[in-house]
Amino acid sequence: MSLELRGITKRFGALVANDSIDLAVADGEIHAILGENGAGKSTLMNIVYGLLSPDGGSISVDGKEVRIDSPLDALAAGIGMVHQHFMLIPVFTVAENIVLGHEKTKGPGLLDLESARKEILRVSAEFNFDIDPDALVEDLPVGLQQRVEIIRALIYDAKVLILDEPTAVLTPQETDELLRNMKKLRDTGTSIVFITHKLREVKETADKITIIRRGKVVGTASPSASQEELASLMVGRPVSLDVEKKAANPGKVMLEVKNLHISDHTGRTLVKDISFQLHAGEILAVAGVQGNGQSELAEAIVGLQEHVTGSIYLDGKEISKSSVRDALHSGIAFVPESREEDGLIGSFSIEENLILDLHDLSPYAKGPVISKSIVAAEADKRIKEFDIRTQSAKDSASSLSGGNKQKVVLARELSRPVKLVVASQPTRGLDVGSIEFVHERIIAERDSGRAVLLFSTELDEVSDLADRIAVMYRGEFIAIVPADTSREALGLLMAGVKP
Amino acid sequence: MKLKKLILPALSFAMALFVSGLLVAFSDSKVLALKSHPISMLSKGLSTCGAAYWALFRGSIFDPRLASGHFWEGFYPFSETLVAASPLILTGLSVALAFRAGLFNIGAQGQFIAGAIGASWVGFTFDLPIVIHSIAAIAAAMIFAGLYGGFVGFLKSRTGAHEVIVTIMLNYVAGYFLLWLLSTTAFLRPGRKDPLAPEVHNSARLLHLFGPDLRANLGFIVALVAAAAVWWLLTRSTWGFRFRAVGANAAASRTAGISVARVSTTVMFLAGALAGLGGAVQILGTEYAMTSGVGGSFGFDAITVALLGRATPIGTVFAALLFGALRAGGLTMQASTDTPLDLVLVIQALVVLFIAAPALIKSLFRLKNVDEGETISSKGWNG
Repeated sequence: MSLELRGITKRFGALVANDSIDLAVADGEIHAILGENGAGKSTLMNIVYGLLSPDGGSISVDGKEVRIDSPLDALAAGIGMVHQHFMLIPVFTVAENIVLGHEKTKGPGLLDLESARKEILRVSAEFNFDIDPDALVEDLPVGLQQRVEIIRALIYDAKVLILDEPTAVLTPQETDELLRNMKKLRDTGTSIVFITHKLREVKETADKITIIRRGKVVGTASPSASQEELASLMVGRPVSLDVEKKAANPGKVMLEVKNLHISDHTGRTLVKDISFQLHAGEILAVAGVQGNGQSELAEAIVGLQEHVTGSIYLDGKEISKSSVRDALHSGIAFVPESREEDGLIGSFSIEENLILDLHDLSPYAKGPVISKSIVAAEADKRIKEFDIRTQSAKDSASSLSGGNKQKVVLARELSRPVKLVVASQPTRGLDVGSIEFVHERIIAERDSGRAVLLFSTELDEVSDLADRIAVMYRGEFIAIVPADTSREALGLLMAGVKP
Repeated sequence: MKLKKLILPALSFAMALFVSGLLVAFSDSKVLALKSHPISMLSKGLSTCGAAYWALFRGSIFDPRLASGHFWEGFYPFSETLVAASPLILTGLSVALAFRAGLFNIGAQGQFIAGAIGASWVGFTFDLPIVIHSIAAIAAAMIFAGLYGGFVGFLKSRTGAHEVIVTIMLNYVAGYFLLWLLSTTAFLRPGRKDPLAPEVHNSARLLHLFGPDLRANLGFIVALVAAAAVWWLLTRSTWGFRFRAVGANAAASRTAGISVARVSTTVMFLAGALAGLGGAVQILGTEYAMTSGVGGSFGFDAITVALLGRATPIGTVFAALLFGALRAGGLTMQASTDTPLDLVLVIQALVVLFIAAPALIKSLFRLKNVDEGETISSKGWNG
């Protein structure tokens, strides 16, 4: 089935998220839509799936114009979608989730799950999906949950399948499997719209590539184009994808973690018996699939976790019992995973955000009074040094783009005397330019003799920056391996296969 | 920019007056009797409404009939407005300050009573020189009420007990504790059986601002000074910076090393002290003797006042003045027209309703891009 979009336009206030976008997806092709975060890819697909209504333009399926006002209309027109964040109910079984919204009955008020169960088994067998219809969704690994979403689309006869950033939550192995399945689906006649910003995956699967930048289609490319070419089209300027980095020059032990154990308030173990050493002038990257205890480990180092046992030494001094403030001021820069929630106060101005940690210390405060002029002067310095793009330091932090928000966090955290940088997912959701900036800054910190503990789920980032790689699986460091370990080997470790 | 911020509250007030006007007109039997004559019904309705609002004005700002001797005597009602507004400003500041730190202080009522007890006790028990006696009574009120409020913050930071539930419960505790206290020999006025405490000594009373005939007293100045102090605290000091930071995003504040627990306890102490200061002003400036009804509804109206004032000190002062005027004028309105005092409550409620629904006012008046000001937020049950 073919899908054609003509002149799709969508505005959010003054922002034009989609500016007259044309797109033609041919029958039985994998059509990749490539663009940076915020380019308007998801908006476009939400319009196609009926979650947003466009301000202009038309959608045709097999040459016939269709009107799509809701996901039900989209399904009726043969369009299915797998969202980046799954739309599944964790405590329901696979079959229950799949019939949700389309419940059949076998008599008044009696739910007929049997036919759905058979359908699931049939589709599952056809694609080797290995899905048990009676399993609870919350018990399934993320990769299998995604297959449940795909099965749901297929059972409702989707002939065009939209996959929104489907690999963001997968291990490399799961990603490879998904890419294989996408090709299999294509070969059986399903058209696939593949939304992503990952160049490798696009090159591997796509038949055709459309690149979107700032709400506009800026070009199409064939999968034979090089990664550099694609990246340049995506960003709008030449991009170097290589991270330049000299060999590490590790010094003394800066961070030592011994037998660290973290549990949540119910007593469930989140981090199990982790011990490691990190040297000055070294980057230790912690790789792993999201949700394997990385966030908790990062937070525990600065004292943000309760229920922690074990010891943490910074430069030989024990900090495991320190308050967050003492830990930060003893020489840790902390870049939290969620900048919006933990990194910044959105309603505060940029200059206020820059002194969240230092507001009551000299020179910003004289006694109990904050000196506005010094705060403003220091803010201007930081804004220049970190190239924060803003009209004024008085603007609210929430008005900044993701990349500039992250620069505010970095500027604040690196303005104290720092021995150790703990950075959690520092480039998540950032544009290519900001990613370059953050990477360069992290390497610069290392080169100036600081220890860096980097948590990242992006394997490319881990390989590019790390001097050593620790792989985390179910709360444990399953292995610490050299930086040149192959992607495949890392993938196996991330899936919990011990070496 | 500044003027724009006033558009929404002003329109809300106008809408509230309009809707209340309809209620006044259509609840009047004389108006309803004319329903077969729409024109005369309309004019009767308008005149009824006009009379009620004129009485409201006379009771709250200026009454020309009182100005026959000296012009300034016509301002007696305005003095009453100030008397009614002073404690409300202080309880309103209490709620507003807590709001800014992300805490919902429903307990201004109980803290007000704690303050009234403290001020009353020091006022009638000790013999101290003038000025010093007032200051001592005020200090006792603020410390009593501060501890009463701070206890809530302490419980929250130690055990996670939600401040809304704890403050509501402590309102009952304060109310019944006061009743019990007024039955003890220490607090019951000698020779009386009804719950009434002895009058505070003259040395503890707050001076009248405009001579002995007008009740307006130093309490109003105290309230303005407190508002200025809260403004300074929130905008200029390191403490206020932390309060606002925790109120705007507790997670980010914690991550940046700010102790959220310490902030909750401090803020609730200060909020309690402000409400307690309100109780002191009421006792030392207006009532002199504590009764079981000393709390009135100062602590509950404070929530409305703080919301109406968008949790800013200046806004709170004006909102409290508005409520004080409605309260003072309502009595005159009831006395000189058939309009019941309850209508004042209806107007208050409608003002709040329209303020709370900026989207409604915006669509009614087709306003665009009007600054809604800072959103006042408080955490839900899981906060």
